[in-house]
Amino acid sequence: MNDRERPEPEAFLRQAYQEGRGRLKIFLGAAPGVGKTYEMLSEGAARKLAGLDVVIGIVETHGRAETEALTGTIERLPRRPIEYLGRVLDEMDLDALLERRPALALIDELAHSNAPGSRHPKRYLDVEELLAAGIDVYSTLNIQHVESLNDVVASFTRVRVRETVPDSVLEQAEIEVVDIPPDELIERLRDGKVYLPQEATRALAHFFSKSNLSALRELALRRAAQAVDAQMLDHLRAHALGGTWAGGERILIAVSELAGAEELVRAAKRIADSVHAPWTAIHVETPRTRSLAPAEHQRIADALNLAVRLGATVATVPALSVIDGIKRYAADERATQIVVGKSARSRWFELRHGSVVDRLVRETPGVAVHVLPMEPSRDRPARRIAPAGAWGSRAGYAWTTLMIALVTGGASALFHILSLGNVALLYLLPVMAAASLFGLRTGLFAGLASSLAYNFFFLPPTGTLTVNNPENVVSIFVLLGVAVLTSQLTARVRAQADLAAGSARTNAALAGYLRQLTALADAEDLAKAACLEIARLFDARVVLLERTAAGLSVKASSAPGDRLETMELAAAQWVIDRGEPAGRGTGTLAASDWQFQPLRAGDRVLAVMGIARDDNRDPVRSDQLPLLASLLDQTSLALERLRLEAEMRDIDAVRERDRLRAALLSSVSHDLRTPLTSILAAATELRRRRDDPLLETVESEAMRLNRFVANLLDMARVEAGAIRLRLEPVDLTDAVAGAVHDVRRSLENHDIVLDVPPNLPLVEVDPQLFHQMLLNLLDNAGRYADPRSPITIRAARRHGTLSLAVVDEGPGLPVGREGEMFETFRRLQGSDRSAGGTGLGLAIVKGFAEAMGMSVEAANRSDRSGALFSIHFPERLLVRGSDQGLDE
Amino acid sequence: MSGPRILIVDDELQIRRLLQATLARGGYQALEATNAAEALVQARTSAPDAVLLDLGLPDRDGLEIVPLLRKAGNAPILVISARDDTDQKVAALDLGAVDYVTKPFDSEEVLARLRAALRERVLAQGATAKVRAGSIVIDLPNRIVTRENAEIHLTRKEFAVLEQLALHPGRVVTHQRVLAAAWPHERDHRIDYLRIVVRNLRQKLEDDPARPAILVNELGIGYRLMADT
Repeated sequence: MNDRERPEPEAFLRQAYQEGRGRLKIFLGAAPGVGKTYEMLSEGAARKLAGLDVVIGIVETHGRAETEALTGTIERLPRRPIEYLGRVLDEMDLDALLERRPALALIDELAHSNAPGSRHPKRYLDVEELLAAGIDVYSTLNIQHVESLNDVVASFTRVRVRETVPDSVLEQAEIEVVDIPPDELIERLRDGKVYLPQEATRALAHFFSKSNLSALRELALRRAAQAVDAQMLDHLRAHALGGTWAGGERILIAVSELAGAEELVRAAKRIADSVHAPWTAIHVETPRTRSLAPAEHQRIADALNLAVRLGATVATVPALSVIDGIKRYAADERATQIVVGKSARSRWFELRHGSVVDRLVRETPGVAVHVLPMEPSRDRPARRIAPAGAWGSRAGYAWTTLMIALVTGGASALFHILSLGNVALLYLLPVMAAASLFGLRTGLFAGLASSLAYNFFFLPPTGTLTVNNPENVVSIFVLLGVAVLTSQLTARVRAQADLAAGSARTNAALAGYLRQLTALADAEDLAKAACLEIARLFDARVVLLERTAAGLSVKASSAPGDRLETMELAAAQWVIDRGEPAGRGTGTLAASDWQFQPLRAGDRVLAVMGIARDDNRDPVRSDQLPLLASLLDQTSLALERLRLEAEMRDIDAVRERDRLRAALLSSVSHDLRTPLTSILAAATELRRRRDDPLLETVESEAMRLNRFVANLLDMARVEAGAIRLRLEPVDLTDAVAGAVHDVRRSLENHDIVLDVPPNLPLVEVDPQLFHQMLLNLLDNAGRYADPRSPITIRAARRHGTLSLAVVDEGPGLPVGREGEMFETFRRLQGSDRSAGGTGLGLAIVKGFAEAMGMSVEAANRSDRSGALFSIHFPERLLVRGSDQGLDE
Repeated sequence: MSGPRILIVDDELQIRRLLQATLARGGYQALEATNAAEALVQARTSAPDAVLLDLGLPDRDGLEIVPLLRKAGNAPILVISARDDTDQKVAALDLGAVDYVTKPFDSEEVLARLRAALRERVLAQGATAKVRAGSIVIDLPNRIVTRENAEIHLTRKEFAVLEQLALHPGRVVTHQRVLAAAWPHERDHRIDYLRIVVRNLRQKLEDDPARPAILVNELGIGYRLMADT
């Protein structure tokens, strides 16, 4: 009922995805020359003035003076020369930029294609990597480079640009439209203020017409408005603000092997955007699909890939006919709108097959069907590969001929007892046999041959091919008709069987794979089995890589001895880092021979699987992708299962170890403390009776040992996470006085200066733990401070928080390593022998502080040499109103 | 041998020996018990003036025998406990122990606690109603507090808190007990109120409020008025 009020998980995910990522801002212009770069640079300069770390990744100023002047104020990263075909191209140095890690990078021309040999083929992929690394990016883009508007712009400007940026990039960006009126732009063009790439000058006159510019301007403004819309929508959905987006719309688009499928995809994207609906692109795989030419397969894959880039989900649907596939999928997915293309088919074809569109409209009531004209294929129609045996095998014709000869012979032998009609019936036998066994053509041949033989040998006048009786003409047609019908029927049955066999094969492959994996209890075996099995199913080489402490390493491979080159390892690393496929057949590092796919469990990438073929083809055919995805899922599940099992075993072991440790500690605590208590008390008692320096030694050493035992136990509690808190409001005066009282003997050589104002708020802490913290801080100060120097305890209130510091006069802390002071067993170098102590004290201070929600800090004094350890109480630990007096 | 008789209940020979030495120095007579059963017999037959009870006994939980010892005679009970057993200390006090010493203990401290406990017994029998702590004199019946003979004005709450502590000079008084007496209508355990009142009292009574010598805090348990003995 309340589905709408519930935040959509995807929207949350998208927002979560945004967090920790850099933000992208795109300066969108209608045409070159509107001043995008200038605008981007001036905003970058402003951010720089505001103190942000801004760096120019790459900017083309085209020698414009104002623009050039702006770049002067911002750090500029050197470009990386890339040699390609004898020319040296300057490209942005992505690695240097990642290394430099600015807060904000300015990167011109988002649609730019990188020189071959770069990490990514496109600059927007570079930007993607920067964003993922948490770097904010400003970039520029012209409207005609937006993927989904590419066709639209081309249709009225007649200039088609090859470099496009997927809409998904725009959807995650903040968009600022850089806008100037068309007249002004034309003016600037005339003044030579607009730099245009060489190849564009040809179409210039047309491109920069006022009507074109107005249209482009409108497109840019609309696209920006749409982006704002989409982001607003995400916000609404994530927070379930009961928004007003069109609920329940779902767009389905069917792509075919025909040219123009990509335009269809872009059109569907626009429809989906306009109603803010999710959309799915499907390809219906019919028996005919298998006979498509490689180029046609490629077109389908391209169209589906484009759909993915534009944000669609894609699926391949097996069905007997396109119509059935669309119908079934539309019903399953509750699609509300279907987009199909209508090709210019001959009237004859439609008569024979019925128009797909008409049937679709008729058979999917309640669903809007958009029919878009498909451009007739500009390239020559691919020559269809005839399915094996379409023309029939030679053996089939031979057998058919033999059967007809036999029937003819038999019929002539029995002619004296058979009527003419029955002879015709006898001829049905070879026709049906041929049609069902050898297919349509052989069947037709059988029909034709049978009727000729029947005519020649039996129909009067025999010995000729003339037919006197019109009744006998009917017999001939019946024979032919039976041939056609029988062969159609069997062909259909066979196709169905083939399809079923195909999915049965897939299912069997999956089931067999799964059985293999579940039987294995060892991760090594599992990796090996997965590699071998996937290699067998795809007829390829397969490796499995895992992250180890030393980087990626090959865990298993189908062909032992397979080595991965640097490029391959880079691609695999990318996959591990991003969780997205890379390598051959993908958009990233496509020059690699291998394709790498992530094995993931939830958000984590468990491992990477690499696939390559010896014959230099793409490792995975587009129609095999769903199978591969299922296999990878199963592998991930199996790996994850093993990991969880191992983890459970580890947890059990840890639990057992913890139990032993606790038992050991409590016995140590008792057995050490009891005698210590006696020694300490005895020494104290003796000292009362007689003043002897040796007794003082016994006493102070016993005290030290006692603190050490206490610290050991406390540390064990911290490490086991077994701190039980008894919080109560504590007056810092009490806490400090108590601690000072307890260390009065060990710090008798130091003056302890108290600077704790009486009107501080009370703090909500565990008094015992806090006491231990203070004892340890004082103990530490006493150990490292100069002899006879004062130790100050200072409490102060600042901006709602409260801090308490123990300040000494002494050598202070090693510069640059102040933060390490609280690590277990960390002691100041060189001085640990003389000062004694175990280094546990400060670790306990930190452990207890964190358990109670405080933070600790170690620093050197700024006024003189000495260390300063402070405890910070956040506002929520302060007891409200307790800093005022309580006079009646 | 005369002097008050103190029953030491501890299973550790070394501790008993040590306490014996301390008690002898303080002019006390020591009785010994090594477990709960012996302690109860001794309490009934020897009528000690006070009991020093280690809560870790081999035969019974130390807390259990606190009320039994109380029934066996009216000797004040001081428990010996580890430093971080705050809960155990509070429980023992609630069950009727009068004070505690923390292991590892300071023999002077043991003697001071014993003195306070024994004096209170005398007080209860109706002796002076004036409590002295350094230059401070608290006249309980007349509700007058003076510092170096000059009267100090205390608010009613301040006096109520001070009174609870002065009723048991030198002895620990739990937060709970002070709160119940000074804030009879407040159900919540508002230790923060108490802390603020003590803070104000210290400003008026202590020579150096940052280093309290008269109103001493007992970690997590309560306060102690360090009265002269």
